[in-house]
Amino acid sequence: MAYKSVKELLERSRETGKEVWQLIMEEDANDRNVDTSDSFEKMRSMWRAMKASSDSYDPSLKSSSGLSGGDSQKIREYREKCVSGEFMGEVIAEAIGMAESNACMRCIVAAPTAGSCGVIPAVLIPYVRKHNTDEDKIIKGLFVSAGFGQIIAERAFIAGALGGCQAEIGSASAMAAAMLVYLQGGSPRQSASALAFALKSLLGLVCDPVAGLVEVPCVKRNVIGAVNAITSADMALAGIETMIPADEVIDAMREVGISMPSSLRETAEGGLAATPTGIEIAEKMPRLK
Amino acid sequence: MNLFDIMGPVMVGPSSSHTAGAVRIGRVSLRILGERVKSAKIHFHGSFALTGVGHGTDKAVVAGLMDMETYDIRIPRSFDLARERGMEFTIDTVDLKDAHPNTVLMELKGESKSIKVQASSLGGGRISIDEIDDIKTGFTAEYPTLVVHNLDKAGHAAQVTKMLAEKNINIASLRSYRDKRGGFAIMVVETDEPIPVEAICELEKKEGIIKVTYINVV
Repeated sequence: MAYKSVKELLERSRETGKEVWQLIMEEDANDRNVDTSDSFEKMRSMWRAMKASSDSYDPSLKSSSGLSGGDSQKIREYREKCVSGEFMGEVIAEAIGMAESNACMRCIVAAPTAGSCGVIPAVLIPYVRKHNTDEDKIIKGLFVSAGFGQIIAERAFIAGALGGCQAEIGSASAMAAAMLVYLQGGSPRQSASALAFALKSLLGLVCDPVAGLVEVPCVKRNVIGAVNAITSADMALAGIETMIPADEVIDAMREVGISMPSSLRETAEGGLAATPTGIEIAEKMPRLK
Repeated sequence: MNLFDIMGPVMVGPSSSHTAGAVRIGRVSLRILGERVKSAKIHFHGSFALTGVGHGTDKAVVAGLMDMETYDIRIPRSFDLARERGMEFTIDTVDLKDAHPNTVLMELKGESKSIKVQASSLGGGRISIDEIDDIKTGFTAEYPTLVVHNLDKAGHAAQVTKMLAEKNINIASLRSYRDKRGGFAIMVVETDEPIPVEAICELEKKEGIIKVTYINVV
């Protein structure tokens, strides 16, 4: 069984002297009745699929609705002029590119969902490029990320239909933040703080997809998920601590999600989907008869 | 939730419910038919009908009917591939009573068999096969699953459970459904272990058993 709380995971790590990634890997191996080496290699295949997906980005593609495609290329070309710096330019380009690939029916890694598939690679791929990170270290980082994600899924939810966008982009952002702290050599406690910062900052984000499609505003929300993960990790690494413990932040996300009206949980009945332009776009969509 | 449901699955986008789930529905339905699909009438209900084109749900179901996996990069081209293989298909919408918003009703024909399947996509790529030939079923195909069409008479459930016990296969769940008393019935058995082919052939020969379908797409 997955860990029920961040607290439990951190305590276990302290008691056993094992790293968080190792505990998560052992738990998965136990859960699926496989060797830990199988678990490790499966995570490697997830990383390679992510990388392959990023490498095969095709700027000429358009989604069948016509709403997505080609925007990542614009950032790639503009990157050097980015106000937020060249590294952040790469992050933005990666987040949009992956989410556009998803909208265009390319192969992606749902992390944790298809709609939020751009967040973790957008943090990871530019980071690895810059630091030339060893592949095994990347895999360990993904275990940290997935392990914390599992706790979020256990205590709250990761589906927009259940908890709004905070449950998808918010969770992805929190997972990416915890991972980035690990990659930078931070402590498990700092990972937990980064997770809390990331989730807190996206608390309340609604799921309001125009025409019910995973495109507007989902593609660009992957950007805020990634950028927020990086700033959250930096805060934690600088020694700032979260006032509200990570588990309580996750529980708050659940509470907020439950109290969201159904019009703001993926039904395309509220928020941006219900704006005059949103409705106009929806009416023009190709439809089955 | 499984760790690789959080980091994963690897899938063709854009949606785990409207795309990956739809591929799985097609793939499981193909197993239920038990032979290559020659023609398919596909009817979409609810959200599948409304947003199916934008999510590629139509292409996904057709891809699944040709046995593609959820990560197959040929999914967007499934219509052309179906035509090349001589598989005929029509797609329209339907309004079903009391159905999940993400539901599809399919009438499938193979060389010698034909079947009607109603299925829904529950989110995160999980599915439910709701009805087979108008009889309620409600299984997820996450376990090895045996679907037995039989006459609604005493003793058929015992025949099935006896066979499984002899092969040392543990039953995870067993449900039976019927159209009316003494009419046709469907038994759905989910097991922890895969079921050997010879056991299924044996079962098929028993009196009162009309058809046995085995689905193992785990």
